[in-house]
Amino acid sequence: MKRRTLLAGLGLAGAGGLAMPAIRPASAATLVGVTKTEIKIGHIVPYSGNASSYGVGGRSHSAFFKRVNDMGGVAGRRINFISLDDGYNPAKTVEQARRLVEQEQVAFLFNPLGTPTNTAIHRYMNQRKVPHLFLATSADKWGDYKAFPWTIGYAPSYRTEAQIYGKYIKEQRPNAKAALIYQNDDFGKDYLHGLQDVYGKDFDKVFTKVVTYEASDATVDSQVVTMKDSGADVLVTGAIPKFSAQVIRKAFDIGWKPLHIMSNVSASIASTITPAGPEKAEGVITSQYLTDPTDPDFKDSADMKEWREFMAKYLPDGDVTDANYVYAYSVATLMHIVLKQCGDDFSRENVMKQASNIKPVALPLLLPGMTAATTPTDFRPLKQLQLARWKTNTWERFGNIIGA
Amino acid sequence: MTQTNSRILLVLFVAAAAVVPLLFATGYQLFQLTLVVAYALSVLGKNLVTGYGGQVSLGQGAFYAVGAYTAAILMEHFNVPYWATLPVAAITTGIVGLALGLPALRLGGLYLALVTFALAVAVPQLLKYKLFEDWTGGVQGIVLMKPDAPFGLPLDNDQWLYLFTLAVGVVLFIAATNLVRSRVGLALMAIRDQPLAAEAMGVELSRYKTLTFGFGALFTGVGGALGAIAVGFVSPDSFSIALSLTLFVGMVIGGAASISGAVYGALFIVFMPNFAEQISKAVPGAIFGVILILFMFFAPGGIASVLATQLRRLRAARTG
Repeated sequence: MKRRTLLAGLGLAGAGGLAMPAIRPASAATLVGVTKTEIKIGHIVPYSGNASSYGVGGRSHSAFFKRVNDMGGVAGRRINFISLDDGYNPAKTVEQARRLVEQEQVAFLFNPLGTPTNTAIHRYMNQRKVPHLFLATSADKWGDYKAFPWTIGYAPSYRTEAQIYGKYIKEQRPNAKAALIYQNDDFGKDYLHGLQDVYGKDFDKVFTKVVTYEASDATVDSQVVTMKDSGADVLVTGAIPKFSAQVIRKAFDIGWKPLHIMSNVSASIASTITPAGPEKAEGVITSQYLTDPTDPDFKDSADMKEWREFMAKYLPDGDVTDANYVYAYSVATLMHIVLKQCGDDFSRENVMKQASNIKPVALPLLLPGMTAATTPTDFRPLKQLQLARWKTNTWERFGNIIGA
Repeated sequence: MTQTNSRILLVLFVAAAAVVPLLFATGYQLFQLTLVVAYALSVLGKNLVTGYGGQVSLGQGAFYAVGAYTAAILMEHFNVPYWATLPVAAITTGIVGLALGLPALRLGGLYLALVTFALAVAVPQLLKYKLFEDWTGGVQGIVLMKPDAPFGLPLDNDQWLYLFTLAVGVVLFIAATNLVRSRVGLALMAIRDQPLAAEAMGVELSRYKTLTFGFGALFTGVGGALGAIAVGFVSPDSFSIALSLTLFVGMVIGGAASISGAVYGALFIVFMPNFAEQISKAVPGAIFGVILILFMFFAPGGIASVLATQLRRLRAARTG
């Protein structure tokens, strides 16, 4: 408690122009990392190690906030964006988060990447009451506004995704006899829970065959055979690319043709469809929420134009086919919107309040018709997806935007 | 300078290491220093096996993981207080080390390096394995509570944990110093330098090689347990092969076959990556690599040997 008051004091002292006596020390507002001319934002992403391909997110954010500054900043303040490397090692994430919060004295953390890495700092951020905003991970637990009121997610969670699949199945195949295969960890279980959310006590009646696999397994061929033998005509696959590819291939090879819905982490052509064989994947359904930079439908859309201009000017050597840049641009825009919404009050309390009171807003590069929105009891900004079907050599979006 | 003198100096140094950070360091810096002590113990363990024992182990991170998980599981599932997890972690990793010391008898040099490397590669996946999942928390890991200072001491968690870790570190460093100065230590170095001659002198190769692995694992395991308590979280991703290589780097940079070298090595592996990142975000790995090469170029025997040479020169200048 003492430390926090001290921090608040430092923040206020740093604010310089603010008249100290006017703000009582007992005030609820904690102003750290904000001066009359600057807002300090912290960010953590793997620039090194196995997951370093995600580092483009950090580069994109740095460029994004540079553009914000070039255009006059936010409420007359320039953004000081401090992005650190954790190599996707949770122990290092703790160190970097503490460095940002205690040493650099940032106002809040924005878009830190990874599930284990964010798990490591989840409690710390909430104990310190430092906003932990729009995490770059789709686990469902970041929506727990009761236990962790300072943490908020961004992308549709796996559970939200599964709820949307459940709704679609219910509508398309009211008398479905379904099978589910999921990875036996929190990622996979989000699919189980999402479908259970939709079907409630009917779940066991509809999903007559539910099987799991371990991420360390060599193959899921036998599970696919068991599911076929159950006579299911609908299949949901909550899996990572390697196993989704096996499911697609094995189902095709044994002549099983269910309505197949597959987790969108497996939508990658390079790591799922090609290994499975594009012809074997014909008709498989997945979901999307971002526009694909290679999708001809959006070649001339206003969003794409805006984004390409940004890339050309601020990240001329960035790969414009890399969807990670698209993702980063959309979430950084949401952050910018929240900052503008803060008015002139960038206390941690107000930043968190504004982040959890986002009126439905269309973000650039989300699929047309989608919006981000939060309320104090809804910490899941994105809750909509559009389905897409694999046809010959590409994903074809179809149907309406579906909300969970 | 007599031995008493250097002992007094050492005591003063330890006292300063305990008091100065408490007065001046922020919570974040104390946390970093706590990690330095934890890594120093782990590098020390690695040093016993490789630096003193001459057995190339690339899997020291596996022992760090075993120590960390032992502490985490005891705290999470058995409500064991954090301090009581250390002896258990020491014994567990010691036993694992002894068991792995057995192949060390048969395999030498490169082959042993490869086997231990395989161990380090396997550990993160084993931690996710279904059978252990109820204990290890699988891919999600285990979140731990930070211990508070006992007896109503006016210290916050970071200050207390630093003092506690430092105390454990000092005790184990003294133990390690005595170990390498004892007959065991002499036997180890004899095996490293001249195995045939050592055997001819009556040193039982197999026994000492196995023992080294056990002791090395024990020190690294306690380091892992302290590290886990400081970080407050363990998960398979924390203990990738990179950790084993980091400890290896710490040992070489600090100074192989040097007790104090472990401390320098730990300082290096905690602070140097941050420094490299400050220079360039785009290629922190390349910067780190260049720093490593420069160190090897200018301090081939490690930081400890450079310091020792300087100290000798200083003394010579004074007496001469």
